[in-house]
Amino acid sequence: MYKWLLSWRYLKSRYIALASVISVMLGVATLIVVNSVMAGFSAEMHDRLHGILSDVVLRSHNLDGFPDPNWHMEEIRKQVGDDLEGMTAAIQVPAMVSFSHNGQWVTRPISLVGIDKETYGSVSEFSEFLLHPENREKLSFLLREQGYGKGKKVSFPTSGWKRRRVQAEYEQAVIKHQTGSNFSNSGPSLPEGIDSFDPTQLDPPDSFNSDETNGSVADLPPLPPLPELENRSDHVEPDAVVGGMNSVPFQQPLESIEFDPMTEQHTGIVLGISICSIRGRDESGEIQDYYLCLPGDDVKITFPNSGQPPKAVSDTFTVVDFYESEMSEYDSSFAFMPIERLQHLRGMVDAQSGVGSVTSIQIKLKEGADLAVVRDKLQARFPVHQFGYQISTWRDLQGPLLSAVQMETTILNILLFLIIAVAGFGILATFFMIVVEKTRDVGVLKSLGASDGGVMRIFVGYGLALGIVGSGIGMAMGLAFVANINEVASWIEWLTGQEVFDPTIYYFSEIPVIVKPITVLFIVLGAVAIAVGASVLPARKAARLKPVEALRYE
Amino acid sequence: MSSASRLDSFPEFDVPETNSQNNDEHPRLASSPILMRSQSVVKSYRKGKIEIPVLHGIDFEVREQEMVSIVGASGSGKSTLLHLLGTLDVPDEGEIFFEGNRIDNLPAASRDILRNQYFGMIFQFYHLLPEFTTLENVLMPVMIQYPFMKYMRKRRALKKRAKELLEMVGLSHRLRHKPKELSGGEMQRVAIARALISEPRLLLADEPTGNLDRDAGLEILEILRTLNDQHNLTIVMVTHDLAIAEMTDRTVRLAEGLVTSV
Repeated sequence: MYKWLLSWRYLKSRYIALASVISVMLGVATLIVVNSVMAGFSAEMHDRLHGILSDVVLRSHNLDGFPDPNWHMEEIRKQVGDDLEGMTAAIQVPAMVSFSHNGQWVTRPISLVGIDKETYGSVSEFSEFLLHPENREKLSFLLREQGYGKGKKVSFPTSGWKRRRVQAEYEQAVIKHQTGSNFSNSGPSLPEGIDSFDPTQLDPPDSFNSDETNGSVADLPPLPPLPELENRSDHVEPDAVVGGMNSVPFQQPLESIEFDPMTEQHTGIVLGISICSIRGRDESGEIQDYYLCLPGDDVKITFPNSGQPPKAVSDTFTVVDFYESEMSEYDSSFAFMPIERLQHLRGMVDAQSGVGSVTSIQIKLKEGADLAVVRDKLQARFPVHQFGYQISTWRDLQGPLLSAVQMETTILNILLFLIIAVAGFGILATFFMIVVEKTRDVGVLKSLGASDGGVMRIFVGYGLALGIVGSGIGMAMGLAFVANINEVASWIEWLTGQEVFDPTIYYFSEIPVIVKPITVLFIVLGAVAIAVGASVLPARKAARLKPVEALRYE
Repeated sequence: MSSASRLDSFPEFDVPETNSQNNDEHPRLASSPILMRSQSVVKSYRKGKIEIPVLHGIDFEVREQEMVSIVGASGSGKSTLLHLLGTLDVPDEGEIFFEGNRIDNLPAASRDILRNQYFGMIFQFYHLLPEFTTLENVLMPVMIQYPFMKYMRKRRALKKRAKELLEMVGLSHRLRHKPKELSGGEMQRVAIARALISEPRLLLADEPTGNLDRDAGLEILEILRTLNDQHNLTIVMVTHDLAIAEMTDRTVRLAEGLVTSV
């Protein structure tokens, strides 16, 4: 009985104990905050990383790919069985995208992915990241009239057919003007010089500013256009299209038929948003994206064909949508186009069977399926010495990044736990002091019949009370901090003038947090254990005091 | 705790009239049985490598309902003897008996029980716990005695008894005060009440008046006298003040670690 009463009294009456309580409190709060933020980061990273990757990918060892994807998919279906959720064949090749901006050609390296628009969305969250709401519902490689960015972006420049028509109109006006003033460069094939068109050079016609909120297009002074002549036969081959893209106007079979950018488009392509946009801040510090090109513009893409050795092939495409996964790695490298067209352009279609090769098969598994098991099954079915396929889960593909995050979390936890250990030594020192201070009281208690164990329990109980109070308050503080972390961040920003969380650097616009009750429990229990552990030594010292000596102590 | 039942077997919390097995009003003579006895007790202290002998073989006895004072110059070993009697320390040689049983070689747990329930102790510097009120200080021995649940059940009766004891020493108006708000005499009276709460057989007092002025000292002695006279409490008191020792039944004189006169 007296043990608890004494522990409690000592806790209440010693300011020095308050210091220990605070150090435990701060340690616990920090650990909770850091763990929640790290868990949030890593969960968000997983989502983002996984977002555009399917669960398991089977890839060929070279860019020629493997023939007969249907047979492969059948085999995979047999192997995976009930766990299978979706499957799609795709081609991925390194490529180069070029587009004209301010009269300059901008060229970027990309990863060109030929996808089957019917099934690609079933293996990853690809379609969720598209900017046009209808494409999110059902992907089409046809340019939409307008409405890009609806539901995702607060403001997005005019795009789609609306933009394309205005461009074409302006461009024709420019050409007329140039031919009128004997501008010798402009030849008869000028209407095809659309690639040189730059939207930022024009004074916006009235129809253009309907939902224009991003000032970038209108504000720049017009530069003299640099028309560049293109031979259209480069990018539209006479016998080009075999089914699949029937309704697309790029299937102009003959050179002689003129391409009218007012009403026609090239093969549609979906670009990662960072390929052709720059993220920065305006004068007021708001995050602002500046677009180098937009849906409705044409771009040129160069990629290797499947010849031996490969040669570069170019074609013109019309940007029909952007996708934004908010993973800068993906957003700045991937471009998606119809697989049939890519197979054709690269010469991957078997002349006899008419079946195109693919370079990868992407597999989505049912929720809860063990990815590694499926991967191993497939590796057994397609032995590497026979097929040479690389079969990996998305975790394997993103392994270094995931393990980096994991390692960061581990190291942070170790460091922070050391902080609590420091608090533990603080408690140890404090308690030794308190024991010395309380030596006489210990003697009194012993003279009144308190046992050694009882005296020891007073001080261990003191440590326990201190740990419970400290980690209790710390837990409340930590959870409150986590719950309001973005407000806290902006407050600190206001206080220091230093941005705590820069959305231009990170993948996320808010600090993501996940509070795991089990982690909180571990932290609190750990802190209490350290407090108790630190009090054991001083408690033993107190328990071993000889009552006579303790009483003589003044 | 084996002795927890001991309090129950006593008449419930009457003012300590506990030791009156015989009906004689004031026996305190050689006829009354020996309550405590020490036999050739030797004790020395170690200071570094040097052994300082304190007691050279003390034979000493206390009879029931007696009030004995031990006097001697400082360093004569009188406090050491009291500590040995109170099982706060263990003699190097010799034996100590309480009610005929040897107690100096008992295990720690049994000695804890002796101190808790059979002996009451008061000290020169009162030794109250500064974080606790007067009432809580008085209740401390019974808090030590009983486990939590049992204490909670008996709490009312124990508090009532503590208040009675405080009333007896004249401090019923100081129940909620902390020791630092009390005078020396008042603190010593609280210490007496604390020593009596578990109805001890023997009260050991180590210079109870040593730190008090004359009037306060006499008051304390008056209380001890009353306890001895009216409640038949056996008291062993160490003092260096011969005038105080005069007021006890018997005086034992210590010098150089030996009993020089009885």
